[in-house]
Amino acid sequence: MLTTYDTPDQRNLLDRTGQGIIGAPLDRPDGPLKVAGQAPYAAEYDLVGCAEGVLVGAAISKGSIAAIHRDEVLAMPGVLLVLSDKAMLRRPAQGGAAQAPAQDVRQIDYHGQPVALVVAETFEQATAAAKALRIDYDDQSGSGRFDPDALDFAPGEEPTVLGDIDEAMSKAAHRVDETYRTEGHASAAMEPHAAIAQWDGDDLTLWGSLQMVAPNVKELADSLRIPDARVRIVAPYVGGGFGSKLGISHEGVAAALAALELQRPVRVTLSRQQVFETVNRRSETRQRVRLGADAGGRLLALGHEAWISNLPAEDFAEPVTQATQFLYGGDNRYLAVLKGEITRLTAGSVRAPGEAVGMQVLESVMDELAHKIGIDPIELRKRNLPARLPGQDLPYSSRKLFEAMDEGGAAFGWSKRKPKPCMTRDGEWWVGMGMASAARVNMMQPASAQVRLEADGRVIVETDQTDIGTGSYAILGQIAGEMLGCPMDRVEVRLGDSRFPAGAGSGGSWAASSTGSAVFRACESIRIELAGRLRIDSEALELSGGIARGAGKEAPVTRLLAGAPLERIGRIKPGKTADNYAQASYGAFFCEAGVNAFTGEVRVRRMLGAFGFGRVLNAKTARSQCLGGMVWGIGGALSEELQFDPRDGRLMNHDLAEYHIPVNRDVPPIEVLLLEERDAAASPIQAKGAGELGICGTGGAIANAIFNACGVRPRHFPITPDKLLAQLPDPFAEIAS
Amino acid sequence: MSENCAARLTVNGSPEDFLGDPRRSLLDFLRLDLKLTGTKKGCDHGQCGACTVLVNGQRINSCLSLAVMHDGDEITTIEGLGPASALSELQRAFVTHDGFQCGYCTPGQICSAKAMLDELAAGWPSAVTKDLTSGPIPSDEELSERMSGNLCRCGAYPNIIDAIRAVMQAEEPA
Ligand code: FES
Ligand code: FES
Repeated sequence: MLTTYDTPDQRNLLDRTGQGIIGAPLDRPDGPLKVAGQAPYAAEYDLVGCAEGVLVGAAISKGSIAAIHRDEVLAMPGVLLVLSDKAMLRRPAQGGAAQAPAQDVRQIDYHGQPVALVVAETFEQATAAAKALRIDYDDQSGSGRFDPDALDFAPGEEPTVLGDIDEAMSKAAHRVDETYRTEGHASAAMEPHAAIAQWDGDDLTLWGSLQMVAPNVKELADSLRIPDARVRIVAPYVGGGFGSKLGISHEGVAAALAALELQRPVRVTLSRQQVFETVNRRSETRQRVRLGADAGGRLLALGHEAWISNLPAEDFAEPVTQATQFLYGGDNRYLAVLKGEITRLTAGSVRAPGEAVGMQVLESVMDELAHKIGIDPIELRKRNLPARLPGQDLPYSSRKLFEAMDEGGAAFGWSKRKPKPCMTRDGEWWVGMGMASAARVNMMQPASAQVRLEADGRVIVETDQTDIGTGSYAILGQIAGEMLGCPMDRVEVRLGDSRFPAGAGSGGSWAASSTGSAVFRACESIRIELAGRLRIDSEALELSGGIARGAGKEAPVTRLLAGAPLERIGRIKPGKTADNYAQASYGAFFCEAGVNAFTGEVRVRRMLGAFGFGRVLNAKTARSQCLGGMVWGIGGALSEELQFDPRDGRLMNHDLAEYHIPVNRDVPPIEVLLLEERDAAASPIQAKGAGELGICGTGGAIANAIFNACGVRPRHFPITPDKLLAQLPDPFAEIAS
Repeated sequence: MSENCAARLTVNGSPEDFLGDPRRSLLDFLRLDLKLTGTKKGCDHGQCGACTVLVNGQRINSCLSLAVMHDGDEITTIEGLGPASALSELQRAFVTHDGFQCGYCTPGQICSAKAMLDELAAGWPSAVTKDLTSGPIPSDEELSERMSGNLCRCGAYPNIIDAIRAVMQAEEPA
């Protein structure tokens, strides 16, 4: 069977199998273990003789190690080893790298970078020794670059240039040209990065907290200079990732090196502070957006430039303008991302790289334009959805943006929005409404999965695909159950083990559609085999409740199996459909926010998101993904901000007390509408990405609601009270009407 | 009690002796010594609530407490509320309402919710309780305020409130 996906699969087979399993809001099969505390995460395997490793971070921003006073701590109780090795990771691997990242911790690239590992019999002993370890540095911190506004910037990729934006701006009837800022973000998954390493001769087993097992095996093997085949990674349960666990990081390699040296298992868990200081951050951004429209509100000019940062020699550049490429029209375009080298921890993928910050700004500026023109923000967006991809003349695969705005707006009560700011007061709160489009590029990744129909009719799905909370266990089982007519209590999904075929991994919202398609294809070839055994055409085959039927014939599946299991590996990788269609998931956010007229505090009062991401595979877990994304949007809009010391690039708010992710009370009632959609160009299961869409534009809707409430246009995220206070209108003024 | 036993605790109904390093937190005693890894470590600094357990019925962050301080205390962890094969009402409601995604904050959320419901029933006020004399009305705001010590990066908060609310309604006397 061909593995590339070249022609949109319009058969919609999953609509014809008739089991009522696909899309159903079923409970997660991993749920009972998780709520009982019985699902083991990386640090929780009980290995005999496991020693405990604690990493030590650099106290300088740049330079090298001159001396490590090992002997002092080796004399401390229980201490077994002090490692500061050229194989240890200086930086985490970027998502999908599949090779070793920067190694050798004797060089220091940023403040807090791991420089040594202390291993002891107990966690307390290792922690005390790590704190006591004295290190002499050759301190070059003075040559660091710490001010993100004063870097030498160069384009990450070729800018997109169409027509003449300057001329179009000068001719536009309405124009906005504004610069926005967003501060850096942390993934801050609740499970800190952890690894247990154990060697058996030349073979390494690593229990890790990782998102993409197959590339992680390569990264680990390359870092240790051993063949891939010697490395096994086990990660069946992962306590969130959000980009921070796409590539291997410090703990895995350190644990493996120490375990080899000591010839016993070693566990290394990053402290919460180390997770913040050493894994990856989303870059802060400065963004200039230019919009020029004709008298009818049609865009003539669209400019989006972003200035972002990363460490020297890191290719990753927050792709801020990713959705701007395809979302709105305008024949004269200038889009560019400029990267500057800074002495801060590695910048990399944090949930929805690009759109998370690009969309919140673009959607704020769209609101500015709508306000200037004096038309409804929904109407402005509708007038500017291009028929074909600007500059490339490609068709859109499927785009439910109109529907999302209309249905979402109706459900939210958008028509009650006041057209001007400062028209609604509730006690000491200004109240307003805002909306924004949601858009996130859709990507398929190569994926494979094995499906086995056991002789007794049970179905086993196996792939190294991880479930980081996304619902992989649920949806992969539902695809198999639906395709093979097998009730869910007879379907078992086994994930996160490098011994299984390589799934797509959890990242870029691609897991469900890519690995799901691999499961689909494995099931399809099982169906073809079963149809053959029943001597009917596979198109006529119906599988239900353990019975195979079609063309007047019928037999129990177990009889067709004749005592032997039937096993197939399904594979898929992106093909022509990826080149021939502009693919993205779309939606719309609606938000009602209150701004305290005296303090500038913002409270989101209610929110609604309407989303179209192709076929919904499980309505319950899909809804949760959207909810979670919108909660992230609240954080990015109002509170999340990495703060770096301007003198040495040190991360100042390196824990959950100082980096403010939303808490329960920050989150109001949120409604999620899942739109009916099939996107055959995206995948043979007609599904596309869902996991990140909920964060791609949310912050814009919140900022726009703030403007509609109090008339202050926030142009610097997060929108903390200090940024509104000075401009707030007189709290005692008469309410406009 | 052995000679160098520093504390005797009751954990999920079983007597357990704590013998080790006085620096050992209650959280690490549960996870490393008793292999009760259902209680999670999210920050080790009292900032996330993942390590929430019940001590004599009240919720605490077990990472902020040393094992040696708990001589005579009764500790209940998630394992004490119900195994996967026999979930408690609250655990089942978290599954039904999808009150989690990755599941890492979840044992802490559930232990916290259990104690929170008792606090509500006992009339303890919170920061959002309007009337201190007549006691709290269990509004969504009350529930979410009282659950705000348990962070969930997956953002399952609305579903967590739904799960708790479902248990409250089921337990309401007819
Ligand atoms: S681990 Fe105890 S509060 Fe975070
Ligand atoms: S379920 Fe992942 S942190 Fe709450």
